[in-house]
Amino acid sequence: MKWTELAAALFGAHHEIVADGDFLSGTAMLDGEPITVVGTTGHAPIGYELALRQARAILDTMAHHPGRPILLMIDTQGQQLRRHDELLGINRAMAHLGCCIDLARRRGHRVIGLVYDQALSGGFITSGLIADACYALPEAEIRVMRIPAMARVTKLPEAMLTELSRENPVFAPGVENYVAMGGVRALWRGDLAAALRDALARTPTDDTRAQDGAQRSGRRHAAPTTQLVLDAI
Amino acid sequence: MTRHALPSRISYAECTARERLDQVFDEDSFHEWLPPAQRVTSPHLAQLGVPVSFDDGVAIGRARLDGRDVFVAAQEGAFMGGGVGEIHGAKLVGLLRRALRDRPEAVLLLAESGGVRLHEANAGLIAVSEVMRALLDVRAAGIPVIVLIGGAYGCFGGMGIVARCADHIVMSDVGRLAMSGPEVIEASHGVEEFDSRDRALVWRTTGGKHRYLMGDCDQLVDDDVAEFRAAAIRALSAARAMTLAALEAEHALLAKRLRDAQGATDAIALWQRIGIEKSNSVPELNASQVRALRPGQEVAR
Repeated sequence: MKWTELAAALFGAHHEIVADGDFLSGTAMLDGEPITVVGTTGHAPIGYELALRQARAILDTMAHHPGRPILLMIDTQGQQLRRHDELLGINRAMAHLGCCIDLARRRGHRVIGLVYDQALSGGFITSGLIADACYALPEAEIRVMRIPAMARVTKLPEAMLTELSRENPVFAPGVENYVAMGGVRALWRGDLAAALRDALARTPTDDTRAQDGAQRSGRRHAAPTTQLVLDAI
Repeated sequence: MTRHALPSRISYAECTARERLDQVFDEDSFHEWLPPAQRVTSPHLAQLGVPVSFDDGVAIGRARLDGRDVFVAAQEGAFMGGGVGEIHGAKLVGLLRRALRDRPEAVLLLAESGGVRLHEANAGLIAVSEVMRALLDVRAAGIPVIVLIGGAYGCFGGMGIVARCADHIVMSDVGRLAMSGPEVIEASHGVEEFDSRDRALVWRTTGGKHRYLMGDCDQLVDDDVAEFRAAAIRALSAARAMTLAALEAEHALLAKRLRDAQGATDAIALWQRIGIEKSNSVPELNASQVRALRPGQEVAR
C-alpha cells in the first residue's frame, strides 16, 4: 500500500503528513486527538542521516507534546550499505533512534509500529521492533533474508530450507511468520483506523513477544530459556 | 601489536569467551547459568543438520570484578561468528531480566558477534530487539551496562546497535564495531565502495582507534586481557541516565558529525576535520598514543 493511501485509510483528510524524499513526518488526528507520524517510504535504505531525521521527530514530540502517541510507518529495504555510513557510525545513529523511541515509551507515549510495505533487518530493529508493539498489513513483507540468499550464506540446500520453513517460521520470510513468532503483534485488516484505535488502547507496554511466540508456537524456546536463566541456581 | 608485547601479556583477541571470563573477572568468581552440561542448544541448527554448541555460543552468569558483584555474558565468535539465534538471544535477555530483579552492581557484555545468526534469521532478529529492550530496562534501573569489544570477529549488525545502547564501551585497537561488514557492503555496492581485502581501510573505518577518536567508544586499550580488566573496573561507575537532555546532547553530537563529514571520504580526512593532529600517523600509533590525541571533551551518551 502507498503511504498516501495508508494515511487516508487511517486519518481521512485529517493529517498533515508529508514526504521529504524517503522521510515521512507530520501530525494526524484520530478521533480528534493528535498523533505524531514518523516513517519512511520508497523502501528507504536507513542510513545515518535518515536515522537521525526520525530521531529528531521523536525528540521533538517528547519535548513539545508530552504523552502524544507516535505511529511509526515502516517501509525499508534495511540499513544503508555504504562505507561512508559505517565511517560515521551508522550503528550509533540507529542506536540513538532506538533509544529515542525507548525513552518516549518510558515517558508515557504510546509508540506503535506498522509495517505497511516492507521491513528488513537493520532498518526495522530500531523502529518497529523497539516500539510498544509492531503491527503489519497482510500484504507487507518482513524478512532478514530471502531463502535463496539464506541458502548461499548458510551453504544449505534451498529446497531443504523451503521445506523446513513450512513448519518452522524461523527460516522463512513473511508477516504471518513474524506474527507466529510474536515479533508482529497482529495484522491489520479491514478498518485500519479501528485497528489503530484498538492498538493505542490495548497494546501492552511491557515486552510480551517471547510469550506471544510461545503461545502461538512460532518461537517456542525463547520464553522458556529466559525463564531457565531466571530460575538458575 | 605483538611486537610491543610484554612477555606476560595475554591477547584478549586470541582468548575464547570462557578464557576472557576467567581473565577479566576476579579469580574463580564466574558462576555460570545454563552451563554446557545443561545442553541448552539450538533446535533450529539441529534441524538443519548443523553442529550445535552446548552453550549456543554464549556463556552467562555472575562474577565478581574488583570484589563487586556483577552479571556477565561472553559471546564466542568461533561458534557461528557469535551470531544471535533464538536460544543465544534468550540467554542474554534472561541475564538482563535477572539483573533487573537481583540488582548487581553492573552488567558486562563481552561482545563478539556478527549480529543475527542467519540460520535462524527471523528468530534472531526479534531476539536482538528483545535484548535491546531488556538492556534499556536495566539502564533505566540505574545499573550500568558495560560492553567490551576486542574479539577477532568484531561486534556487528544488531549487536553493534546493542553495544551503542549501553552506558560504556571499551575497545582494543584490534576490535571492530560497526553495522554491516565490509564484505556485505562490497557485495552490495562493489569493490570501489568498500574493498573488504584492504585491511588498513577496514580498520580505519570500523576499528577501535577510529571509534575512540570519534567518541564511539569510551576507553581504548591494547589487546591485553589485563588492560580490559582494568578498563572494566574503571567503568563500574559509568552509569549514565537516559534522559531527554542526554538524548538531545547525543543528537547534537551526531548532527555535528554529519556536518563535519561533508566531503570527507576517508577516516583520515574525518579525523582532521575534528581536530586530530597528525591524522596520517594514527594507523601506526599504539593505544596510549591514540588516547593522547582525543580532543578534551568527553562524549555525550
